[in-house]
Amino acid sequence: MTLTITKIAEDLAAGRCSSREIVDDLLARIKAHSALNAFISMDEDAARQGAEDADRMRRAGGGVLAGVPIAHKDIFCTSGVKTTCGSRMLADFVPPYDATVVEKMRAAGCVMVGKTNMDEFAMGSSNETSFFGPVRNPWDPDRVPGGSSGGSAAAVAARLVPGATGTDTGGSIRQPAAFCGITGLKPSYGRVSRYGLVAFASSLDQAGPLAQSAADCAHLLSAMAGFDARDATSLDVPVPDYAASLGKDLKGLRIGIVKEHFAQGVEPAILEVLREALREYERQGAVLVDVSLPNSAHAVPCYYVLAPAEASSNLARYDGVRYGFRAAEYKDLEDMYKKTRSEGFGPEVKRRIMIGTYALSAGYYDAYYVKALKLRRLIADDFARAFERCDVLAGPASPSTAFALGAKNTDPVSMYLNDIFTIPVNLAGLPALSMPAGFVGGLPVGMQLIGRYLDEAHLLNVAHRFQEATDWHARVPAGI
Amino acid sequence: MEWETVIGLEVHAQLKTRSKIFSGAPTAYGAAANTQANVVDAALPGVLPVLNGEAVRMAARLGLAIGATVHKRSVFARKNYFYPDLPKGYQISQYEHPIVERGQLTITTASGEKIIGITRAHLEEDAGKSLHEDMGGFTGIDLNRAGTPLLEIVSEPDMRSAAEAVAYLKTLHTLVRYLEICDGNMQEGSFRCDANVSVRPLGETRLGTRAELKNINSFRFVERAIEYEVRRQIALLSSGGQVRQETRLYDSVRDETRSMRSKEEANDYRYFPDPDLPTLLLTEAFLAEVKDAMPELPDAKRRRFGAQYGLSLYDAGVLTASRELAQYYEEAVMAAGGEPKLVANWVAGELAARLNEEGLDIVSAKVTAQALAGLVRRVADGTVSGKMAKDVFEAMWAGEGDADAIIAARGLRQISDDSAIEEVVKQVIAANPKQLAQYQAGEEKVFTFFVGQTMKASRGKANPAKVNEILKRLLTP
Repeated sequence: MTLTITKIAEDLAAGRCSSREIVDDLLARIKAHSALNAFISMDEDAARQGAEDADRMRRAGGGVLAGVPIAHKDIFCTSGVKTTCGSRMLADFVPPYDATVVEKMRAAGCVMVGKTNMDEFAMGSSNETSFFGPVRNPWDPDRVPGGSSGGSAAAVAARLVPGATGTDTGGSIRQPAAFCGITGLKPSYGRVSRYGLVAFASSLDQAGPLAQSAADCAHLLSAMAGFDARDATSLDVPVPDYAASLGKDLKGLRIGIVKEHFAQGVEPAILEVLREALREYERQGAVLVDVSLPNSAHAVPCYYVLAPAEASSNLARYDGVRYGFRAAEYKDLEDMYKKTRSEGFGPEVKRRIMIGTYALSAGYYDAYYVKALKLRRLIADDFARAFERCDVLAGPASPSTAFALGAKNTDPVSMYLNDIFTIPVNLAGLPALSMPAGFVGGLPVGMQLIGRYLDEAHLLNVAHRFQEATDWHARVPAGI
Repeated sequence: MEWETVIGLEVHAQLKTRSKIFSGAPTAYGAAANTQANVVDAALPGVLPVLNGEAVRMAARLGLAIGATVHKRSVFARKNYFYPDLPKGYQISQYEHPIVERGQLTITTASGEKIIGITRAHLEEDAGKSLHEDMGGFTGIDLNRAGTPLLEIVSEPDMRSAAEAVAYLKTLHTLVRYLEICDGNMQEGSFRCDANVSVRPLGETRLGTRAELKNINSFRFVERAIEYEVRRQIALLSSGGQVRQETRLYDSVRDETRSMRSKEEANDYRYFPDPDLPTLLLTEAFLAEVKDAMPELPDAKRRRFGAQYGLSLYDAGVLTASRELAQYYEEAVMAAGGEPKLVANWVAGELAARLNEEGLDIVSAKVTAQALAGLVRRVADGTVSGKMAKDVFEAMWAGEGDADAIIAARGLRQISDDSAIEEVVKQVIAANPKQLAQYQAGEEKVFTFFVGQTMKASRGKANPAKVNEILKRLLTP
């Protein structure tokens, strides 16, 4: 069963099946593939109930997504349903409210079947930092699915759900989408509300969809996006109907080829796959333009100052006082803080809290934080210059295909470098997606497309036209 | 050696918004613990702050009132530290780019007027409270206060005595209440003060090492804490010691300050711009709107009262101490059809004394401005004597009706008819031949005896001026 959101919506509209039937089927599939460890929590009864409600909603009119099953990354607060953020710190935390994304998608008729596994507090590129254990890549169970939205990506790749939500701070939607052979979109910063999304780095975090195709992502994004009075960084601008804006031809489209992205450090076979994909665009009438993002070379160090700095502050609330994990024994207040945070956070989270605390300290603030902010501006300026000469940028989503579980665990820097192509986009606040462009050694290769600010509709169309002409996105892992 | 005291004050004024600065929870004081805190105040995962526009308006109001620059661009920053009553592990404040900078306030002390500079005023959120009593050995956390908007107003080190510090505080206190941005309730902590105190040899231009005094929650304690601290620092320096830069807590029971933490123990707050809140941008139109809505300020009102009502600046100052008192006074003058000085005497005298006795605010005065004016009119037109009027006032306060009704009911109308008074005076003289002889022999102080007897005989109703005049005439042989 490889139903897409588009197909499910058609079937439901035609009355060929009910949401309840689809949900029952998926719940069985999720159980059958529990070895992937894609989910942290399931609420089967609520899912079935939600499906029945959606079936009624659809009979009463309903929208295109009414009855479509989805999964939420376990970073989105769900009222009455455990929200762990992949951490021991929140292993038993049940929020009393829904994230705006959760609320909006439910209002659109989406049925949540469960909460997906993720790197702890979204800090990781392999899903190995999760307190609930690593997720396995459906294409090769000995390989990572990418991270931090690894559970969502694996669940969509294994066809456990037709779509899922993720969040992307430095590549956490696009890199797992690439590793798992699916389509994942990080919208422009401010496009989707962050309210109820457990914060990692507030100025970079953005929620977005993961699905089998750009068309499916378009449907999900239409439901997720929009102004939210509860998020002061969300944008008060109209949301287009993304699905309706698909289909325009690409004649004259200028695709920027970032010379730094087609250079050393990327597996040559991946570049060959991408070049072939670009030839498809040329066949459709697009022209390739060489562009340069010189400051993006500094994006990873810049990001690893800013993101941990914000994280060190965002994660200060996990102190054992009001909710979440608290150490069993302690002498006094300070001891309670120390033990709670030592035992409640995993090593990667602690590493980033320490880096961030250091970067913000008196005497280092100007040398690190302020300098990184300046670099961030330069990186964004590079993009602005590039977009004077082209309409969309194309390149690899990741320098490699999915790597083996445990391969990079002992070397944080090599892990961080995995996000070298995705991080600059977050720093610039731009929309970008990753879509399947081919395979290397039986593993999917993701192509990243980067768009102008708020130009998600255009970006999705560029991906959609490629997917109409190719079937990489429709390939299913063996055994699925 | 002669020493000079240098004082700078940091005032935290709680803004009178209905909801919190970054959440929709109500700000009312005194509710049951944690009933006025929502998920944002409790810093649950994923919640976000949204700025309360009313708090911004209030900050701008203060900025314009002190002649300061109200910046069109200001930035919220996070001040990071761990404390159980600080739910997020950081306080949202303003640091490098405050909303208000460079203002001033004119204070009046016994030695005259002085201008005190105000460095800055910035918006921030209050923390919750830790509760240690009745918690069975545990510490309780009440988050009702968490997220209440504060305006921190920081003065220049321009004050040279505890008296100037108190004058500054009182002037600022009056101002924030005039502006209706803070209720000024010091007991409830709506208006709190920290004092930076140092001393230096007279003539020295560099500042001495300062101590920051915390926890001073009344005007009297501010004065006493500063005086104690100045004595302590002078004694320390005079005996060859050095003042440590530290935070000291004022203990009002023992009337002393105690070291709380030294500079070395101070937190590194790791301030950085809050990524959840966009840069605060104010438009010209917004500032114009705030300016147009500005009430008459205390200083202007005091000067106007002096000129318009012919009052001394001191009296004008008393009557303009609060916007409500000034309004009461002006309503009374209006209703009395004039008599500004007489009204001033009554408002600043009898009425103020009565309010003070009962611990009441002017708005809860049991005699309205209109009612007081009714009494003042009867004093002015001679219907009642000043002395009688006090009894009438008491009766009015007790709720017995308006001045005319009480005067009529109690028969307090003053006798001003010459022939009636002459009749009484004649009887008094006839009944006291001995005193008459004494007076006529030159013992002039016996005159007051006759005044007393006449007033007594008229049961206090005789017009005292007329009594004097008639007695003088009839006692003279």
